[in-house]
Amino acid sequence: MEKTTDIFRRRKLTYTAVFLIFLTIFAGTSLITEFSLADGAASFPAAAAWIAENLIPDQEAMERLPRILERLLETALLSVAVTVVAAVCAFFFSLLGSNIPHIHGLVKRLVRIVAAFFRNVPDVVWAMLLMFSFGQNILTGFFALFFTTFGLLTRAFIETVDEVSASCVEALEATGANFIELVFQGIIPSALSGITTWVLYMIETNIRSSTLIGMLTATGIGYLFDLYYKRLDFSSASLVILSIVVLVLVIETASNRIRKVVLS
Amino acid sequence: MALLEFQNVSKVYNNVTKALQDVTFSIEEGEFVSIIGPSGAGKSTLMRCANRLVDASQGAIFFDGQDVTKMGKKDLRKVRTKTGMIFQHYNLVERLSVVENVLHGLLGKKSTLSGMIGQYTEAEKAEAFRIIQEMGLTEQAYKRCDELSGGQKQRVGIARAIMQKPRLILCDEPIASLDPKSSKVIMDHLKQINREKKITCLVNLHQVDVAIRYSERIIGVAGGRIVYDGPSGQLTEAIIHEIYQSGAHDLIMDKLG
Repeated sequence: MEKTTDIFRRRKLTYTAVFLIFLTIFAGTSLITEFSLADGAASFPAAAAWIAENLIPDQEAMERLPRILERLLETALLSVAVTVVAAVCAFFFSLLGSNIPHIHGLVKRLVRIVAAFFRNVPDVVWAMLLMFSFGQNILTGFFALFFTTFGLLTRAFIETVDEVSASCVEALEATGANFIELVFQGIIPSALSGITTWVLYMIETNIRSSTLIGMLTATGIGYLFDLYYKRLDFSSASLVILSIVVLVLVIETASNRIRKVVLS
Repeated sequence: MALLEFQNVSKVYNNVTKALQDVTFSIEEGEFVSIIGPSGAGKSTLMRCANRLVDASQGAIFFDGQDVTKMGKKDLRKVRTKTGMIFQHYNLVERLSVVENVLHGLLGKKSTLSGMIGQYTEAEKAEAFRIIQEMGLTEQAYKRCDELSGGQKQRVGIARAIMQKPRLILCDEPIASLDPKSSKVIMDHLKQINREKKITCLVNLHQVDVAIRYSERIIGVAGGRIVYDGPSGQLTEAIIHEIYQSGAHDLIMDKLG
């Protein structure tokens, strides 16, 4: 009996301690950076007023809508194209990094290192680097997105393949199936739903990233945003943002539907 | 000539774990042999050495007179097509239909291209449906395997093995995940295949009573060695305790039927 009450008391003490520690960290860092919560809160009304005045799309901005949508579509299609191409490459590459038989341990490690490299360089950095070779060109954006997507999907697919293939690979091997038959008859059908989920997720992510990259490479919807923003045409710039948000929401809903169909 | 013959086979994992030590036995065509022994005794390793899902460290393994351990890829593939395998966890491609899984039994004989895209002749498909009917799965033929019960999944596993037209079927704890009723159905199917199709069966089992009931011969494995190899009728309680390294009354089935 005594022991149980002791446990409860200890738990309460832990929670209180954790709460106090967080409070101290917040107070300390605020003091160092001279951040004041009160001042921050006080500036909200002014900020809201500015947003209401400048960021609501006006008549002039609405006239630009067709042009915005055209660029938006271009960006979205590029993102889809990049993701699909990267996914196909990443799948076959990930097979070399997974634990299925016939693959040498060194190859496995090499694949994982290469994937980590591509994944851990941010796409914006890729875009800045590639700008030197390709210039301000849609190809720059394509490759920047391709590299990160490829790296990330390779890593994800290795996990997916390892998860689903352990059992069926052994059985198909036992029937005398060779490596290619193993992949197409065993691994692909088993991993398909996992792969689809990842690809849809990457399409969403890439639409968002491609906006940012477009600002650097002067292509797509990012270019338009940059243009309006620098002209101080804030209402048009905010229309660009709103249209991106709507597109991402639409893609998300669509991919949820697709996922349901694939998973069932 | 024996269909399957192990000669002084040893298997060491990672240079430390001795899974098999100096295992020697042979199985004649048409036999139904059970392997019993505690978990980790090397039963699964022994079975997987026969079709080289696991490479033996030492010794020789003959299938139909040919040494499996020294085979190239091509010959090994041929041996595997003649050896069906059934698993405890069924090991089906769960997201494919029953008939597709059964047809996987043909992959070893297919060309890479037609195997890859899953192209089968009408005769092969008809054969698959005939086997599915034999297994009592006609209603489930187009269902996806993840919709089936454990017993049904295992029957798909057997159908896949039969599709290979094998001479030997290796069964790695085929009933370990099944309820008693499904277990009986599965064991009856195996026995029937053995009798009617003259396919040799080598079965890993946890249930000693099932092993005694269904097989003519039992191999007892403990600590990677064969400690008993003889007719199931001569398996005494003392030998069973030796296999499981247990004392009297340590086992659930102390009273043999």
